[in-house]
Amino acid sequence: MVRAYFPLLLLFGFVALNAGLILAIGALTVRSRPTPVKSQPYESGIAPLGDARERFSVKFYMVAMLFIIFDIETVFMIPWGVAFRQLSCAVALTPAGCPAGQVSFFGLSEMLVFIGILLVGFAYVWKKGALQWD
Amino acid sequence: MTTPLAALALLQSYDPQVEHPGNGTFFVATVVKMLVVFAVTLGLVSLLTLAERKISAWIQDRHGPNRVGPGGLLQPVADGLKNFMKERVSPGFVYAPIFWLAPALAFVPALVSFAVIPFAAPLPTPWGLIPMVVADVPIGFLYILSISSLGVYGITLAGWASNNKYSLLGGLRSSAQMVSYEIAMGMSTIPILLLAGNVSLGAIIRQQAVTGWNVFALSVAFFVFMVAAFAETNRLPFDLPEAESELIAGYHTEYSGMAFAMFFISEYSAMITQSALMVTLFFGGWDIPFTSWDNEAPYSVLKSLATLASFGAKTLFFLFTFIWIRWTLPRFRYDQLMSLGWKVMLPVALAYIVIVATAILALDAAGVARGPLYGGILFAMNLVLLVILFVWLDRGRLISPASGRARAAEVARLRARAFEVRQGRRAPVAELAGEAAD
Repeated sequence: MVRAYFPLLLLFGFVALNAGLILAIGALTVRSRPTPVKSQPYESGIAPLGDARERFSVKFYMVAMLFIIFDIETVFMIPWGVAFRQLSCAVALTPAGCPAGQVSFFGLSEMLVFIGILLVGFAYVWKKGALQWD
Repeated sequence: MTTPLAALALLQSYDPQVEHPGNGTFFVATVVKMLVVFAVTLGLVSLLTLAERKISAWIQDRHGPNRVGPGGLLQPVADGLKNFMKERVSPGFVYAPIFWLAPALAFVPALVSFAVIPFAAPLPTPWGLIPMVVADVPIGFLYILSISSLGVYGITLAGWASNNKYSLLGGLRSSAQMVSYEIAMGMSTIPILLLAGNVSLGAIIRQQAVTGWNVFALSVAFFVFMVAAFAETNRLPFDLPEAESELIAGYHTEYSGMAFAMFFISEYSAMITQSALMVTLFFGGWDIPFTSWDNEAPYSVLKSLATLASFGAKTLFFLFTFIWIRWTLPRFRYDQLMSLGWKVMLPVALAYIVIVATAILALDAAGVARGPLYGGILFAMNLVLLVILFVWLDRGRLISPASGRARAAEVARLRARAFEVRQGRRAPVAELAGEAAD
């Protein structure tokens, strides 16, 4: 099965090589003629005021932190989603599905507990105003 | 009952549709498919730039580019040549290593993420059956989710390294936007996994051949996924990272020549991948509707070509939709964008996961076999959910008339005023001027 991943490695190498080639050709073919005006930051023609290395809104940082939390929740749900049919059957699955009368609520109730905990956190974040942009 | 290890084994459970050929054939086939897909993607990107301008011209009742070649067909070639001849401006104020690395960081993920999408039925050759996908990996869908998230690095680093205020704002906006919608996108695909029980895209296509296309069985998931796909590709109505009227060009303001072109290529190839992904997850992939001729075993060259045409037609439709929406809808405001992502899409996707899981459990308990009836029952449920969702989302804004936005008393007052104006008892302009004063 490891062989199945080989094309991805090859493709990564090939595309990275192409990216390098495009940048290199662009850099080598045309001579760069810098002038003082050309090397100023572009601010719609007005002389630039100060540096761009300024402080920015903490909201962006908050969003990044919330993203990490919620994205990990999503990642936890993926294996659950794949295993759901197996989890909601008390006996082993047959090719036709779950044998009659053997449906189990195990998978669903597990996920309801998980989503419930997630929702408590979500409600807290919402009430705290972390999702509010103004 | 099921340990994490078993879940992991299920994740990788993988029933390849075809006998895998020997190593030599595998290598040659891989190289050929890789080169063809790469060339087709780049060719399609250049045609898309032309299509974007032609369709926008058509929508705005103009001609569009029509000077280079017949009907402007060679315009992309001219644009490409121009980009190669452009001076590579290396501004003095940028942080050079990251500034030049960023275009490559955007380019690579955009062009490698297509690799796991199957684009036709397996092709029989004298050397064995070749699966029509560059990399037939068991984790197909997870690969796309992870690789397309890497695209945000290129954009954010470009914005930061440019040391320009517009670029910095564009990069920041795009990073926050892309990560916010990635959650909605990831959660909207869980219902598909519930139905298909596998993350490999081949298995998802086969599941849709049984229960019907997921756009019917899981319509709400498709709605959330499509909105997230537009946000992930930074296309209108979510093009805040490069909002021309606010940020010049956003994160690539300081780029020129081929470095600029690379951002352009990665944006358009991300569009191609997202369209192909929507087709694969929700529109049956290369499946031809209303027939099972294409899904059954004796594969032939004709079947591969027909399914390729089917896949291509569906993908081109979504590419057209991307362009169509860009020239139809206005841009969101940033706070609207963020609240749509976090306060609407995320709760909707979460609730939908619970609803679909319950419905699947109920259908299994009722003993409904997987088939058209199964998909039909889910579709009926989705229609109800979609009506509820749209009425709630709308709350008297778009679908209902403009008068729905105001309160009843306000509407009555305006109606009475309009009546008086029509009767000639009141001058409309004076009235408006008086209102503006108070």
